[in-house]
Amino acid sequence: MRYQLMTAALALTTALQFAGPAAATDLEVTHWWTSGGEAAAVAELAKAFDATGNHWVDGAIAGSGGTARPIMISRITGGDPMGATQFNHGRQAEELVQAGLMRDLTDLATKEKWTEIVQPKSLLDGCTLDGKIYCVPVNIHSWQWLWLSNAAFEKAGVPVPKNWNEYVAAAPALEKAGIQPLAVGGQPWQASGAFDVLLAAVGGTDAFLKVYKDKDAEFAAGPEVAKVFKAADDARKMAKNTNVQDWNQATNLVITGKAGGQIMGDWAQGEFQVAGQTAGKDYTCLPGLGLNEMIATGGDAFYFPLLKDPEKSKAQEVLAHTLLDPKTQVAFNLKKGSLPVRGDVDLKAANDCMKKGLEILAKGNVMPWTDQLLSQDTQKQKEDLFSEFFAKQDMTVEDAQKRFAAIVGSAD
Amino acid sequence: MSKSERPSQLFRNLNAKIASIPMIFTALVIFVGGTVWTVFYSFTNSKLLPRLHFVGLDQYYRLWATPRWLISIENLLIYGVLSLVFSLVIGFLLAALLDQKIRFEDTFRTIFLYPFALSFIVTGLVWQWLLNPEFGVQAVVRSLGWTSFSFNPLYDSSIVIYGILIAALWQGTGLIMCLMLAGLRGIDEDIWKAARVDGIPTWKTYLFIIIPMMRPVFITTLVIVASNIVRVYDLVVAQTSGGPGIASEVPAKYVYDYMFFAQNLGQGFAASTMMLLSVIIVIVPWAYLEFGGKKRV
Repeated sequence: MRYQLMTAALALTTALQFAGPAAATDLEVTHWWTSGGEAAAVAELAKAFDATGNHWVDGAIAGSGGTARPIMISRITGGDPMGATQFNHGRQAEELVQAGLMRDLTDLATKEKWTEIVQPKSLLDGCTLDGKIYCVPVNIHSWQWLWLSNAAFEKAGVPVPKNWNEYVAAAPALEKAGIQPLAVGGQPWQASGAFDVLLAAVGGTDAFLKVYKDKDAEFAAGPEVAKVFKAADDARKMAKNTNVQDWNQATNLVITGKAGGQIMGDWAQGEFQVAGQTAGKDYTCLPGLGLNEMIATGGDAFYFPLLKDPEKSKAQEVLAHTLLDPKTQVAFNLKKGSLPVRGDVDLKAANDCMKKGLEILAKGNVMPWTDQLLSQDTQKQKEDLFSEFFAKQDMTVEDAQKRFAAIVGSAD
Repeated sequence: MSKSERPSQLFRNLNAKIASIPMIFTALVIFVGGTVWTVFYSFTNSKLLPRLHFVGLDQYYRLWATPRWLISIENLLIYGVLSLVFSLVIGFLLAALLDQKIRFEDTFRTIFLYPFALSFIVTGLVWQWLLNPEFGVQAVVRSLGWTSFSFNPLYDSSIVIYGILIAALWQGTGLIMCLMLAGLRGIDEDIWKAARVDGIPTWKTYLFIIIPMMRPVFITTLVIVASNIVRVYDLVVAQTSGGPGIASEVPAKYVYDYMFFAQNLGQGFAASTMMLLSVIIVIVPWAYLEFGGKKRV
């Protein structure tokens, strides 16, 4: 069996690279997938890549993207590039691409017809700069989910809410039962992301695009966004005293029923899965907070730094091919809780929440997310603002909105 | 008198001069060169990679309009003044107590110095746990019966910087104590005897005779403590990551975050230039008084 796999892999590699001995090449892949569900998912990628006769050298960097990205970037700019690295497709690696440090994958993409297989098409836009393709999207992650603990609501004696407004109304009952209504971890990106979700859900898709795509500072200071800040104010009151830092610790509060819910991307799904919980029975998910059912086409992608070693460059092509392989896509995304980037794969094993996501995706209800629209600089300023807003209960809503509008005004 | 009798100044101690060339080179190229490069690029709008597009003082205007930077400066001031005062006072008191020819002095010295063997990262983590309301000091006291006891500095924006100060003092005072102890041991026994003969009380001897004599030790200590204050970063990262919100941010963390997380080198350089400037403002008058004064003697 193993021999057969090897021969198949050999055949595949030779077919891909026309010639050359398929000696096992070590390729270091860096990523920030370290929580339980994520590690299980990345192991699937490693398995698929190892099966091609190459060797996946795992370069996991703990501490989420914020910690990992600077390390990755300094390795690439410092002249010690890895074989491949994760980024969120969009503008995070923009300057690295402009500086010519990333490998142009256009030839491979044309040969393998990525533009046809990758669905939705806007996904590849995040990888494209000046008409050339620089990364391989591996999944679709959307931020706009509300995860609710059914057990917590049962204990509080209120029905599980169907949207954000019902949830806010149920908060006092949760609090009375000694349950933290909303869990928001202390990492700055969590507060900032939660606000973006509220903006898309409470304000609507148009408002979201007006603020982040058109960077309309006047609109951001206006009454429509004020409504969103009102909702964010509710959220911070509900999240008061969440004494945890990491997002998966906050998710764990929901899993154990200590917290009523969490606004978090669909990567939280993997944590519920590792904990052995069933969607619909143990927990409920509301895409778009139950108000605006849209899926953001953010997600993870692999970029390939330009390498001098021809062996490794070949291995990069094999990896790029493997990542988009239908089998890898299914195995990886089921573990990760994210949606596949191909429309033609069969996700029979998908659970309730993933099916909801797939349905929205099939309807074409997609929108771009902040990773694609805003520079890292703007994102960081936003994170500073919202982590302060969520931690400091006496910061007024008006003050926060004024500062938000200023950030939008100076955004690039 | 021929010229050969008086060798040129340049070739005196030639061996020593050759030996110090690498360090001179390092100091000039890496320290001075790096500093000049940083200041230079702080006037550009460099993002992820340095580039020469000048924007004047824009980065500085933005810096001083950023609430997070202002909070960082405020925190550094509170932390700096308190940690300077407390580490000197506590360090000296511990040293003076140990100097009373007590039993088990070695044991006590080891205990007090031990935290210094830990890095700031480990110190930060230990104190994060100790100060965590759910299983730290607060939980212990509550489990003893004082159920309304509240000690939760790390999750309270208004006092979080003091939580960091506690950890820094715990880690750093041992070293200060050792330096002070060495200074006290360097005082001639005869001075003590003379003071006793004159009937001067012990506390007065310390305050008016011993401490002025220990001036060099105090200056060494001051430099060590001050440099630790300005570069405080890892302790904050390990203990609070700047939180809750941005309540415990410090300038060094702002520099790092904006250079690497925000991919905005220009902004990070501007912030680090401001840090350098503040150090210069403190150091130059002091150095002038300290080293300029000696020439007059």
